[in-house]
Amino acid sequence: MSKFKFKIKCDEANHVCDKTQYEDASLWEKIILSLHLIYCRACRKYSKNNATLTETIAKSEIVCLEKSCKDAMKKDLDKAIREVSN
Amino acid sequence: MPNHVIDPNQWIDRYSDYLYNYTISRVNDSNIAQDLVQDTFFAGLKSMKNFKGEASERTWLISILKRKIIDYYRKINSNKGKAEVRINYSDSESEGDWLEERVADPFDKTAEDTMQNTELGDAIYNCLEKLPPKQAEVFKMKTILGYETEVICNELNITASNLWVIIHRARTAMADCLKENWF
Repeated sequence: MSKFKFKIKCDEANHVCDKTQYEDASLWEKIILSLHLIYCRACRKYSKNNATLTETIAKSEIVCLEKSCKDAMKKDLDKAIREVSN
Repeated sequence: MPNHVIDPNQWIDRYSDYLYNYTISRVNDSNIAQDLVQDTFFAGLKSMKNFKGEASERTWLISILKRKIIDYYRKINSNKGKAEVRINYSDSESEGDWLEERVADPFDKTAEDTMQNTELGDAIYNCLEKLPPKQAEVFKMKTILGYETEVICNELNITASNLWVIIHRARTAMADCLKENWF
C-alpha cells in the first residue's frame, strides 16, 4: 500500500482490519481504515464482527497445543499405529 | 449401524487441541494435560475395536479422557495416602479388564456434558472443527498461540499474503458460526 493514498477499496480495508486484530497494522493503515469506515457501512459491519470475534476468543481463554508438541505426539502415535497394524 | 468411522491417523490434527483444552481446565498443569491427552490416544488405539460408531470419534475420545483424568486424581490422592481406591466393576463378566477397554458408552451424556456444551470454549472449538483443516491450523496458530506472521509462514511454508487470505476466510467463517451459536 503506497503512502498518501487516502481512499482504499473494501478488500484492502478488510485486510487492514484483520491485521488490526493482531496488532499488525501500522498507524497509517489504521488511520486510513478509520477514514474508510466513515463512509462504508459494509466494512463497518465487518469491523464490528471482527472485533467481537477477537474479544470473544480472548474472553474464552481457550488454549491449544504448541506445534512442536503436536509433532512429537504425532511421531509417537504413528509408531504405535504401526505396531498395532503389524 | 456404524455412522462414524475411526481413523487414528487424523486424531492429533483433529482432536488434540480440543482434548488438551478440555483437560487443562480440569488439571491445570500443561505437562500433565499433555500426558493425559497422549495417554488417551494410546488407550483409544488399544481399544479401537470397541468403537461402535454410534458416537462421534471426538465424543468417544472424550469419554476415554474423562476416565484418564479420574485415574490421575485417584493416583495423586493415593500418593498422599489419604484415599482408599476401590474400582468396582458393575458386571462380573468383564472383571479385571482395563478401564479403557470398558469405554464404549456413546450415550454418556450427563448434565455436566450438557452444561459444558454451552461453554464458550466448546462453542469455539465446534466452530473451528467446521473449518477446513488448514484454515483451522493457521487460525489457531495466529489467534490462540499468538505466533508472529513470519513464524507461521516458515513453519507451514506459505507466504504472508497467503496467510492473510486464510486468516480472513477463517475469521469470516468463525464470526458467522459463533453468531449462530453463541453471540
